[in-house]
Amino acid sequence: MKLSKSYFADERDDDLVEVGQSRQRSDIRGHVTGKTAYFGDRTFPGLLHLKMVRSPHHHARIKRIDTSEAEKHPGVARIVTANDVPHNLYTILILIQVGPEDEHVLAVDKVRWKGEAVVAVLADTARAAEEAAAKVKVDYEVLDPVLSIEDALNPGAPIVNEHHGRNYYLYDSGECRKVRFGNVEEGFASADHILEETYQSGPIEHAPLETSGCIVAPEANGRFTCYTNTQAMFFTLDNASIILQMPGHKLHMVGGTVGGGFGGKVDVTIEPIAILAAKLTGRPVSFIYSREEEMQVSSPRAAEKLVIKDGVMNDGRIVARQVTAYIDAGAYSRHSPYGAQKSAAHFPGPYTIPNVSVDSYCVYTNRTPSSAMRGFGVTIGDFALEVQMDKLARKIGMDPLEFRFINAYRDGDMKAHRQLTEGAALIECMQEVSIIADWPVDERFMAMSSRTREN
Amino acid sequence: MAKKRGRGVAAVNYPTGMNLGGDPTQALVHSTPTGGIMVTLSSVDLGQGLRQIIAQICAETMGVPTDAVTIDTADTDTGPHCMGTFASRGTHRVGNAVIQAAQEARQVMLEVAAEELEADPVDLETDGVGNIHVKGASNRNISIFDTALAAHFKHGRSISGRGMFLVPRSYPETETGAMKPSTCYAHACTVAEVEVDDETGEVAVLSIKNVFEIGRALNPKMVEQQLVGGSWMGISHALYETTEPYYPKRDHGGRDYNEYLMPGPGDLAETEIAVLERPSGDGPYGAKGPGEMCANPQIPAVANAIFDAVGVRIDTLPITPERILRALKQREAA
Repeated sequence: MKLSKSYFADERDDDLVEVGQSRQRSDIRGHVTGKTAYFGDRTFPGLLHLKMVRSPHHHARIKRIDTSEAEKHPGVARIVTANDVPHNLYTILILIQVGPEDEHVLAVDKVRWKGEAVVAVLADTARAAEEAAAKVKVDYEVLDPVLSIEDALNPGAPIVNEHHGRNYYLYDSGECRKVRFGNVEEGFASADHILEETYQSGPIEHAPLETSGCIVAPEANGRFTCYTNTQAMFFTLDNASIILQMPGHKLHMVGGTVGGGFGGKVDVTIEPIAILAAKLTGRPVSFIYSREEEMQVSSPRAAEKLVIKDGVMNDGRIVARQVTAYIDAGAYSRHSPYGAQKSAAHFPGPYTIPNVSVDSYCVYTNRTPSSAMRGFGVTIGDFALEVQMDKLARKIGMDPLEFRFINAYRDGDMKAHRQLTEGAALIECMQEVSIIADWPVDERFMAMSSRTREN
Repeated sequence: MAKKRGRGVAAVNYPTGMNLGGDPTQALVHSTPTGGIMVTLSSVDLGQGLRQIIAQICAETMGVPTDAVTIDTADTDTGPHCMGTFASRGTHRVGNAVIQAAQEARQVMLEVAAEELEADPVDLETDGVGNIHVKGASNRNISIFDTALAAHFKHGRSISGRGMFLVPRSYPETETGAMKPSTCYAHACTVAEVEVDDETGEVAVLSIKNVFEIGRALNPKMVEQQLVGGSWMGISHALYETTEPYYPKRDHGGRDYNEYLMPGPGDLAETEIAVLERPSGDGPYGAKGPGEMCANPQIPAVANAIFDAVGVRIDTLPITPERILRALKQREAA
């Protein structure tokens, strides 16, 4: 790695002692010698293992649940169903007043995605729990699933989630989060060229080495200690407190080093049910996703569809950009309404464009619920924006890097969401890339600065 | 049939933190009787090294060596609230909270030392290796060890501080979308060079050259580890990863690391990284959060490089050999 100190040198003090030094990480020896302790390294006498019975269907009505055979399975301590969960209907962002509650800890009446939790089985060994889970009989009436953004938004589509009553999240701004700046129609009318393109992506998995999980120990004083690898201790505690209808001071979350998060450990799908199980049995409970659950059940990054329409001039200026973004939340909100909002704030990317219009939709389908993941709301948008930039440059016969210099935002420019740009550094990044990648650009671009505009 | 080379570029920015939801973090700092500095938090270290960075930030503010700082975190009985480790917020939010707490603790430490040295606190400075002395008179000094002992057993003072960092929540205006989603942005530009086999559709990423502007590299080696890892993840996202390769059919979904494809050691691109520092106005020592951003620009850069190599656009992720071959065939047919 090269620290390119010549850029912005006058904005930095070089009087720091500890900061700026490549000190060896205090935890690295533990990591590379296998001595770092993770939550799952703890052992408890009498530990119970929780396995989840999951929906095999994308969309189905639950007609009957029969746990009688499972209860008789050797080693089974308890079966937990929806009736056992004090406040079964929840949504994690209710903590920041983003409702409505739309998801059950354990399914009631319906399942809305393939993998949805229906019944929890607790047994002395993981094997016994898994065997007993296979003996839980659930009669389903399979319903038509909604499996794509297009199908979900079709008038007359089956409603995925009755708690929303429509297949998209209703913002205070209406069916989508909107950004309006200038007048895109006037921009398009004045443009030399128009380019409208569609971009799509499939879900991807965080794939952390350590799967999501927790171990809960009931304490003699009536509290519950939850050893967890959540990325957000109080987020988990406060949501567990709501779901369990238990005062927060009864709960004690203990984290530590987490074996990779990438946003995959921000949903609160593990701890509340495990704490409840510990409460119901009076025994310590371990609930740890199998590798297959981590890969196929835990929330992935959302599938997205983006339509970008640009108006561009022959001299390289983009004069209008219209973005319609659809984020496939799957069956439940989790963090997706926030992700769609974040995407609206991100467009039109790091460029100054006088006319911008953005509509970001959070769409419900019978797909695995998506949620937070490294860059969500932005990563797929950047893929779409930057491929679009390449296409625009080629359309007008301009070098793709030079085309970006022409449009790059600078300090003092007004962004589409009406904040003045400050601390910009895109131009300098491109100047440095021009050097290290041996991608020469005209000297007028090498003379540009993010801090000012020429003339 | 041939292997064809191409290159592509992409440039991005990324916000630090999650202001659209309210974004607080708190920290406590105190000294043990012998001058060890304890930082108490509820923030989570995801393996990226949060503890180390926070220790260096605290050490810088307190004027002590990083070794003297211990991070006690991720316990809700002892640590004050933190929103969580996500949204590229850890270093920025936790770092700012710790600076505020450490400033308060340092002030008490200097007041106690001033009493011991019969000096004015404003005339004192730390030497960074465990001592406090009168500016311009290094012989009038006291160790932090002795200062802490004196605070505990003689003066009845608590060398401690409280820190809080909150970027107030921004509510988007419904019609215009006017909002303040972040107070600072990191930047990046990436050039990817690929070789595409037009017979098999396979893509080899030959090199990835990334430039990242991250505010301030608080620990350059740790910055490098995060940026290299992110750059790899970007390539993985572009070319390999999907949980549902033939959606809505689900039976091809990867269930483990054998089936869920990601680039292995043999697929690693030659990776070059340059870092620029434009300190953020409200970052701890100018830092921004590059954690999420660093996995983004490689995706479009690779996509653009593939077009440059074989002349087909794949606008759906991931860009698999199958999709490339289908596009090449479609072009042939046209």
